[in-house]
Amino acid sequence: MFEQIIFYSFGTMLLLSALMVISVRNPVYAALFLVLAFFSTSAIWLLLRAEFLAIVLVLVYVGAVMVLFLFVVMMLDINLARLRAGFMRYLPAGALVALVLAASMVLVVGGEGFNEIRESGLAERGPAYSNTAELGEALFTAYLYPLEIAGAILLVAIIAAIALTQRAKRETKAQNPDAQVAVRRQDRVRLVKMSSERDSE
Amino acid sequence: MSIDNLSLLLPEIALLTLACATLMVDIFSNDPKHGPGYWLAQLTLLVTAVLVLVTYTGDSQYAMAGMFVSDAMSGLLKFAICIISLFALFYSREYLLRHDIIKGEYFVLGLFAVLGMLVMVSANNLLTVYLGLELLSLSLYAMVAIHRDSSSASEAAIKYFVLGAIASGMLLYGISILYGVTGSLELGAVAQVLEGQSDYPTLAIFGLVFVLIGVAFKLGAVPFHMWLPDVYQGAPTAVTLFIGSAPKLAAFAMAIRLLVDGLGPLLPDWQQMLMILAVLSMATGNLIAIAQTNIKRMLAYSTIAHIGFLLLGLVAGNAGGYAGAMFYVITYALMSMGGFAMIILLGRKGAEADQLDDFSGLAERSPWLAFLMLILMFSMAGIPPFLGFWAKWFVLREVIQAGFVWIALLAVAFAIVGAFYYLRVVKLMYFDEPREPDEPQCSTPLRTVLSVNGLSLLLLGLSPGLLMSLCMAAFSP
Repeated sequence: MFEQIIFYSFGTMLLLSALMVISVRNPVYAALFLVLAFFSTSAIWLLLRAEFLAIVLVLVYVGAVMVLFLFVVMMLDINLARLRAGFMRYLPAGALVALVLAASMVLVVGGEGFNEIRESGLAERGPAYSNTAELGEALFTAYLYPLEIAGAILLVAIIAAIALTQRAKRETKAQNPDAQVAVRRQDRVRLVKMSSERDSE
Repeated sequence: MSIDNLSLLLPEIALLTLACATLMVDIFSNDPKHGPGYWLAQLTLLVTAVLVLVTYTGDSQYAMAGMFVSDAMSGLLKFAICIISLFALFYSREYLLRHDIIKGEYFVLGLFAVLGMLVMVSANNLLTVYLGLELLSLSLYAMVAIHRDSSSASEAAIKYFVLGAIASGMLLYGISILYGVTGSLELGAVAQVLEGQSDYPTLAIFGLVFVLIGVAFKLGAVPFHMWLPDVYQGAPTAVTLFIGSAPKLAAFAMAIRLLVDGLGPLLPDWQQMLMILAVLSMATGNLIAIAQTNIKRMLAYSTIAHIGFLLLGLVAGNAGGYAGAMFYVITYALMSMGGFAMIILLGRKGAEADQLDDFSGLAERSPWLAFLMLILMFSMAGIPPFLGFWAKWFVLREVIQAGFVWIALLAVAFAIVGAFYYLRVVKLMYFDEPREPDEPQCSTPLRTVLSVNGLSLLLLGLSPGLLMSLCMAAFSP
């Protein structure tokens, strides 16, 4: 009973905040609502006893990704009118996709594949069970090789991003104190000799 | 589960470590020509190649909880990938220096691309196949875009990235379906489950179709070839050369791992699909190449035709056919590398020699370079005694022995059509007037390496037995 109350309250919060993300006018609010949506999701995951995933969701998405996102939203001057221009036009297509997705989800989750879980609920584990430890063990034994490759892929992503966005050195405006101290008068001031001129009027 | 047989991974471990070292060395070196980074990258490839030889045993050995396999095929392909990439990085540096767009990251990305290829070649798990492919593709996307001031390169990079992402998505979708059907990601286990059922579910074939689309995209087989001409033409020639050489070997290995090792029991199904892809590729590639005036684009369409030939080897569906396809792909990598290297050599800063006209009268300007190009073109057309002839002969022999005579006839017909545009380049070089009289300028090392590359096609063509027996050994049980 208690679990159900928690589930439904967080579920409602998730749906509402997700709806707000796409309907509020201010992009900063939208990003903040997305934070709320992530937070509610992580609460639901906690109910499913996936505590590691729940915490990682908050740490990574809320703590890092969304903060970065907020920065970007605040830094960029986003033209909202243009972003919203096609909303009504694409609404039917979007609604159709959403309907199909919802229908297939009902079919899959309502299908036979989930009978076992629906009847018996989650497998009962003792209090000593930690899915963080389980995940860690799987990742660093059976899946060590893919994990290492994934690490290499992320490194390549960093290298590629830097190689493609870094501008040449001459465009940086960093000061060079050495050159500033060593500057001489001749470098800066040019004395020009010219004959004096009378005012014409 | 303990980490077993770690020594099998020695080449990959050394490559990854030295690639990171290359990154650091390059960042802290002030050489405007990126000499230290470049030489360390070359040393890395050399060390990896040696380690591949050292760890080679010839029989199948597994490591990393069955995710990694080292067998005769992986040994040969890895060695070939390292050596070909060594040449490719050399050519690339000449090009990048000449066009003043050199960046140290180029070599680091190249090394990571090689790492991705090695991972694909030794993959024994659907997950590793996919991750290796992503590592390779991601490095290649960045390499295509590395010359940011060129709008055509940026366009090519975006096209490559978007289409490559779609292909990866397709592959991943197929993999997820196969996992759903068989309940395993390990290739051997997938094959075992499918083998057990006499009438495997339609769902398995559904998964196979998506996997096959992913593989065809990466190889560039018609009708999934749209990215290839644009990327080959738009990318800096150095990158085109890189993409056109070693990654094809990796794509071939991916096809073998997925189709033969994993989906072997579905052979009758994918045989038919590959047949269609092969015939379409040979037809489209050879016919459209005739109409090209840009030689990079022409070579791109010729690639598509070669890929069709390579798929024929897989159509044969037996060890001989796979060995023939492997022989073909190694030959192709050597030829394509030489062809693009010649374009690099003839180009100057600000002016690429990528039009057919740039080859007019090359025999008068430099008889030796014209002769090398003649070897390359004859070899691509499949004229004896060059290596390209033996590659076609090997594949055709296996296809005919497997009983597909009509498809072999089609292949020969399209190869004759294809000979036209290769011979046209030869005609331009030997019988037309040069547009500019002076000899093309190039450094001695570039000329030497290109000569080695071209003459290797002649020498290997005169004694194809060694490479052929190596390829046969890779697939003998």
